Amino acid sequence: MHGMSLIVKNITRLVAGFIAIFGVYIVLYGHVSPGGGFAGGVILAGALVLIVLAFGEEYSRKVFPHDVAKTSDALGALGFLLVAIFGYMVGGFFVNFLPRGQVGNLFSAGTIPISNLAIGIKVGTGLFGVFLTLALFRRQRDRAGAGSLNGPKGGGPHGGET
Amino acid sequence: MDPVLVLLIALFGFMLIGSLIAVETRDLLSSVICLGAVGFGTSVAFLLLGAPDLAITQVVVEILVLVVLVRVVITRKDETYAASRSTLAVGSVLLVLGVLVAVMFWMFSGSGQDRLRMRPFGDPLMNDETEASAAAPAGQPELATTATEPASIGGAYLKHGLVGTPVVNGTGAANYVMGIVLDSRGYDTLGEATVIFTAIIGAYAVLRRVGRQHHARDVADR
Repeated sequence: MHGMSLIVKNITRLVAGFIAIFGVYIVLYGHVSPGGGFAGGVILAGALVLIVLAFGEEYSRKVFPHDVAKTSDALGALGFLLVAIFGYMVGGFFVNFLPRGQVGNLFSAGTIPISNLAIGIKVGTGLFGVFLTLALFRRQRDRAGAGSLNGPKGGGPHGGET
Repeated sequence: MDPVLVLLIALFGFMLIGSLIAVETRDLLSSVICLGAVGFGTSVAFLLLGAPDLAITQVVVEILVLVVLVRVVITRKDETYAASRSTLAVGSVLLVLGVLVAVMFWMFSGSGQDRLRMRPFGDPLMNDETEASAAAPAGQPELATTATEPASIGGAYLKHGLVGTPVVNGTGAANYVMGIVLDSRGYDTLGEATVIFTAIIGAYAVLRRVGRQHHARDVADR
């Protein structure tokens, strides 16, 4: 993947940031308005996938390396589990131990925004990592397939001549 | 007739046609795009039935899956369609089965005493009002309506989910769905997150290249 044309790249430059901000908004306001960690995380992954498709894989490796995706995927899952375990220390599994606050505010509903954030990070980076792995796998398979096709064809007559 | 119901029926017809084309077409790209149309129809149906959370998730996942399928999975040459299929035989059997199921639903969906009481479309079991009237014995509906506590789980969540009772704390989340998913039923969501995590780890493990080559070299050395 070497990226697409100049038009696609320019449009992506304009749009990708807004898509990512919308994903963050959906994650952070999941307890106030429709949305939540999963949907916002998928939107974030969509913004990253757009960058990969438009600019090629080499550019995206600078922006968001594969190892970072793997690590933050695991950290998001761990964070969600930690919220549950902190609740266990206070009273029971998944007990909402933080103050509820004013209904409708950003900082309300106790642990729910924290859980949303953890799930958003986990889903977004995890799906992006799977996309990168699939793209990488396909490129290698294409290269391997081309190599095995060219190998006997190129090697056969060559060997016969010499 | 309810305009929402008319829209829904039109939408379901659209989704039916889209899925038929997705199954029957010979071009993989067309099939994937028809699948995307079906997913979009599902999203709009969720929106019409009053579930914006599900609609957002559905449309976003649909877009990502479509992009992944088009860009990554489909290769230029795919000859899996070359195998001949006995479309007529399979289709007629499926049609007969579908008619049988439809007749069964029609038989069971009546309102008589001996028939199963199936819910009307778009009116789930957890709806409060209809549940109260359905739970009431015949002839004395005031028995259920005078009760102070809601008769169903959904009604209880709607009544006590936000503020809570003296016994149970409310979630404090204005979005009731998130309050249920991440607070009241948080353990359930942890299971879902585990499923996604395992699926992603499985994709990494199946599609990796380094570990497999090292393993092959180790086996060869032995």
